[in-house]
Amino acid sequence: MTAEVSTTAFTGTGELVLPSYERPSGLHPPLDFAGYRSTVLRHPKRPLVLLPHRLTEVTGPLLGADLITATDSDLTMQHAGEPQGQRIILAGRVLDSDGRPVPDTLIEIWQTNAAGRYRHSREHHPAPLDPNFSGIGRAITDAAGRYRFITIEPGAYPWGNHHNAWRPAHIHFSLFGRAFTQRLVTQMYFPGDPLLPLDPIFNSVPDEKARQRMIADFSMDLTQPEWALGYTWDIVLRGRGAAVFE
Amino acid sequence: MTPSQTVGPFFAMRLPWPDGPFVVADGTPGAITIVGRMYDGAGNVIPDGLVETWQAGPDGRFAHPDDPRGATPGGYYAFRGFGRCPTAPDGSYRIVTLKPGPLPTPDGAIEAPHLDVSVFARGLLDRVVTRLYFPDEQTANAVDPVLCSISEPARRATLIAVPEPEGELRFDIWLQGERETVFFDV
Repeated sequence: MTAEVSTTAFTGTGELVLPSYERPSGLHPPLDFAGYRSTVLRHPKRPLVLLPHRLTEVTGPLLGADLITATDSDLTMQHAGEPQGQRIILAGRVLDSDGRPVPDTLIEIWQTNAAGRYRHSREHHPAPLDPNFSGIGRAITDAAGRYRFITIEPGAYPWGNHHNAWRPAHIHFSLFGRAFTQRLVTQMYFPGDPLLPLDPIFNSVPDEKARQRMIADFSMDLTQPEWALGYTWDIVLRGRGAAVFE
Repeated sequence: MTPSQTVGPFFAMRLPWPDGPFVVADGTPGAITIVGRMYDGAGNVIPDGLVETWQAGPDGRFAHPDDPRGATPGGYYAFRGFGRCPTAPDGSYRIVTLKPGPLPTPDGAIEAPHLDVSVFARGLLDRVVTRLYFPDEQTANAVDPVLCSISEPARRATLIAVPEPEGELRFDIWLQGERETVFFDV
């Protein structure tokens, strides 16, 4: 591969028409959020500079099925034995805010085991590791934007943010969508968790309705007799406006 | 829309993959190496951060359906364009890639070669986004519409990688403080 760069690469087409993505305001947590102590030295203090959505922003990595192996979406099948804990089926759709499904997009998840312990070298919570649970998964959405994981309900765990601080049970989600603008890393929570009102990370999201959208729904339809509880959770990425000239 | 939450301290269980930092394999003709460290507002290195890069190929095109020009036939269609590297205990990261070409804009301007960079870490409730520009592109950088939107030269300079004696390009990321990197509202 040579490093030949030519401006003739521009001349193939006449006009360049690009999609434009919504810019949510007031949705994401502020970077400066005193209740979450680690933000203090890690949030930029200068105002963000507006970046127009041009070619680099409206495209993005389309990471595909070559990354996925058969047991990636079933976290209970990654070891010789079955993990401890409550088996759950977690399914939903990835949509954009215009309601369109986002197909063929990579989802990556990580979580604690049933005892609230991550399998990570910097994890110091004195809860047992489970030799049959790694707590990591991957899936690709289908043509209708659907995904499905089988896993174990994660546990709550203490953290050093403040006295007697406990994170509510959650599963970390990483999504790409179809464009750089749609990249999202978030956490999914469980309904009825008494720790939710006490958690600074959950409550860093300013809008109550937006916070509720991070909580999965229990689903009797998805629950399978004699086997596993079902939860549904849809993830909504930024929508695309009509094609516009910037 | 679903709100963002922090990547937390334990993303390294899942997100890194072995060839993540290698957008192209080490030793690929024309490959460049980007190195840098991530710092907090007290000047401490950040050992639990994640850097992701996204960019065009050397031909200035994206193998993506929303690049209306499409990939160059027989060209860099196989170029992944995406790099991902967690920071090490000393706050460092390293990405091996190809230098992208310049890009046209819908209003007829030309963007200088650049990488879009996402930064994640414990303590960041949302990703922050910056751009890496190249020090040997002074002419193109001088008319780049994004660089030109930043009036202070010292701020603009935070976006331009620095050549190292060994030929690598250094791009340090300061989340806060005197040398705070320019971050974008994307």
